[in-house]
Amino acid sequence: MTSVALTVNGSRCEADVEPRQLLVYFLRDRLGLKGTNVGCDTTSCGACTVLVDDESVKSCTVFAVQADGSEVTTVEGLARGDALHPVQQAFHEQHALQCGYCTPGFVLATVSLLKENPNPSETEIREGLEGNLCRCTGYHNIVKAVQAAARAGA
Amino acid sequence: MENLSLEGALTVTFVRSLLAHANIVDVDATAAEALPNVQVMTAADLDLGVFGPGFPDVNPSMGRPLLVVDRVRFVGDIIAIVISDDSATGADAAELVYVDYDQLPAVVSPHESAKDEALLFPEAGTNVATRAGSPEHDENLFDGCDVVVSGTFVSQRMAPCPLEARSAAAELGPDGRITAWLSTQTPHQDRTALAETLGLDPAQIRVVGLDVGGGFGAKTLNVEEVLVVWLARRLGRPVRWTETRSESMTALPHGRAASLEYTIGGTRDGKVLAYRLEVLQDCGAYASVGAVLPGLTGLMASGVYAIPRIEFESRSVVTNTTPVSAFRGAGRPEASQAIERAIDTFAAELGMDPAEVRRRNFIPTNAFPYTTASHAAYDSGDYEGALELALRSVGYDALRDEQRQRRERAATTQLGIGISCYVEITNGIAEIEFGEVEITRDGGAIVRTGSFSHGQGHETTFAMIAAERLGLPVEKVTVHKGDTDEVARGTGTYGSKSTQIGGAAARLAADDVLEVAKQLVGDYLEASPADIVLDPALGRLHVAGAHSLGISWADLALRASADGRLAELRAEHEFQAAAPTFPFGAHVAVVEVDTETGRVELRRLVAVDDAGTLINPLIAQGQVHGGIAAGVAQALYEDFVYDDDGNPLTGTFVGYAFPSSADLPSWEAVEMETPTPLNVLGAKGIGESGTIGATPAVHNAVVDALAPLGVRNVDLPANGENVWRALRKAKA
Ligand code: FES
Ligand code: FES
Repeated sequence: MTSVALTVNGSRCEADVEPRQLLVYFLRDRLGLKGTNVGCDTTSCGACTVLVDDESVKSCTVFAVQADGSEVTTVEGLARGDALHPVQQAFHEQHALQCGYCTPGFVLATVSLLKENPNPSETEIREGLEGNLCRCTGYHNIVKAVQAAARAGA
Repeated sequence: MENLSLEGALTVTFVRSLLAHANIVDVDATAAEALPNVQVMTAADLDLGVFGPGFPDVNPSMGRPLLVVDRVRFVGDIIAIVISDDSATGADAAELVYVDYDQLPAVVSPHESAKDEALLFPEAGTNVATRAGSPEHDENLFDGCDVVVSGTFVSQRMAPCPLEARSAAAELGPDGRITAWLSTQTPHQDRTALAETLGLDPAQIRVVGLDVGGGFGAKTLNVEEVLVVWLARRLGRPVRWTETRSESMTALPHGRAASLEYTIGGTRDGKVLAYRLEVLQDCGAYASVGAVLPGLTGLMASGVYAIPRIEFESRSVVTNTTPVSAFRGAGRPEASQAIERAIDTFAAELGMDPAEVRRRNFIPTNAFPYTTASHAAYDSGDYEGALELALRSVGYDALRDEQRQRRERAATTQLGIGISCYVEITNGIAEIEFGEVEITRDGGAIVRTGSFSHGQGHETTFAMIAAERLGLPVEKVTVHKGDTDEVARGTGTYGSKSTQIGGAAARLAADDVLEVAKQLVGDYLEASPADIVLDPALGRLHVAGAHSLGISWADLALRASADGRLAELRAEHEFQAAAPTFPFGAHVAVVEVDTETGRVELRRLVAVDDAGTLINPLIAQGQVHGGIAAGVAQALYEDFVYDDDGNPLTGTFVGYAFPSSADLPSWEAVEMETPTPLNVLGAKGIGESGTIGATPAVHNAVVDALAPLGVRNVDLPANGENVWRALRKAKA
């Protein structure tokens, strides 16, 4: 067991974890933050994307101990009270989700993409979200949602 | 589904075969069972029969044992079950179960299988699971044809890849009833099948379908779920199982896997007179849904064309690969892929524009209802209208000009324009669906549907349907689904049937509730129920002609609950469709192909999809977008591949070419609505159309780009490698 101290969605948390515990399972099983999904075992799908110190990270690919001392944001940490985060709002309005399994990952990847590039072209959006897979939407409305979120200044 | 919390649940891990074909000599679980709280079970512990095939015409000896008895037939076949406290221990223990195999030669190619040399089921005496159509050739089929051309291609094997892999959990209640939480498309059918397999009364089983992360045809009851439920009963403890992605890639059934051979003949002026289609379907290791998919291919063989003579024949054979089942389109994409390639090949032979050949052969708009020579009874359609709309939208003539210019200057990057006109069958076996509407205490409504939704948005669509009939705001209507204890009956979601039957049932139940409400309002206002009308804009029931004499849903519900009569405001309706419906459309794809490297880029895809009346255009378009992506994925990217020994080479998301946003363009979806007369909504299915239309459009576009270089066909997926091979072959 190793002890870690990190901030998750603004709350401090300290815990003893097994060195082999992945961040995604730490978030899901230890902290009960079930919004982060697992879609693969090869770092391919991005369903597990979270922000670590404002950068999007595939949480299935880092150990919880590697997040020691960091600030982690999961989909549960985006909304402000009852108000959805502008990126969530845009996904909702543009019907950018169907089954919704990929959505938390896409939303966080988008937050990070727009932080780096507030005004991306369609190609930059498509390339920027290349690490996230969706089987339902054909990406069309996801791209529209990112554009709408960019316009809204997310 | 993984989010379900189940106190004290044991974890199930399956020990799966690493070989494609072998006899099992011995299974040694000693080392595994030495781990804390680990128990291992094999077929010897099981008191159940086989699972499937479930279709009367399929060879009954090709069903799947729930646990392998003495022979494994594909990589992924289940040999043993590990029960442990958590998944990490389960994974460790599964690796410690030693299986002694006696390897047998693997039969991987369906063509090899069809020779019946090495048999998967020696007792069956053949590898053929079923046949459809007629093996007899009419010698005179192509009489009167000036031109006869033929071709072959493989509609390659695809992994459905719902983003949520499967999960199942089960718990035995104190009353002896079992609850099963499944990641499924078909909760009610699963209850029936579980009862049959486990020898239980269906009333003893409750199936709950939670939020399901996609299905695409593949998520119906399978051996894993049956075993989980069986274990919960056997152990008297809650159990759960979640597959890993790599497990899912070989354990979840695959789709397509059909080899097609077509011959088409007609006159010099482009009239098709005869068509012959032969299918060799790969069922995978056990015969189930995959075995009967060619039946749909045969039914839809004629496509959108009036072809006087059609011959169809199929054989479905078992191979040492993952079993094949339904995947987005299920048997119909193969039909469209074949006829649309055939029409293009025929047009190329005649030197005629492929759009023109299609125009000359369409079933005319005034001919509906129309029965094809392949025995499908189409309800309604406007095939020429769809094509003209697509051609206008894409700017066909300008594109052909650009293409001509590039051809003239022998540009390295050639332009290809591909057309596909399709018709498909939805609600294919004209099923019945259950709907119930209940007015709640606060004057809202609950719709209970026997249909299911795993991303299709039926919660919204069905709420809109009921809200509109009752004059309620859509937020006041909630849709309940997927719990067999709460919803009396149901069939689930597949075959693009949900809105047209589930939506229709919801609407008819809403109408029934309105009738009961009129009775009640009549009682309250001392008026004849026949005089009570609904003001849909206000959600108020009043006496006709006397607006002030009325009552809102909220007040009615309040008053009825005070009188103990709220329960009257509830109605069930079962809708039985008289026949399937036939959505149709036209897709045009524009590709650029680098003739030196083989690289293909899909520049545009214009899609006209007509699924009758649309209830919620936003949701319907979402279905079209996702459908197109799956169709393009088959045309350009995905292919589930095995080596000669039956080892999967694309068994993870790293090896399997699931396209990302960077691999695809935005879609240009154009709406068209030709209502069906077959249900009150006028709606047909929309979930699979995009897939069915897109693959042949893109496939034809790639071949079209390379036509001046002598290429007649490109294998699917038309990726750089296959294009490059086709170019090399054309040069040779
Ligand atoms: S679960 Fe992390 S990338 Fe797929
Ligand atoms: S919405 Fe289902 S995977 Fe993206």
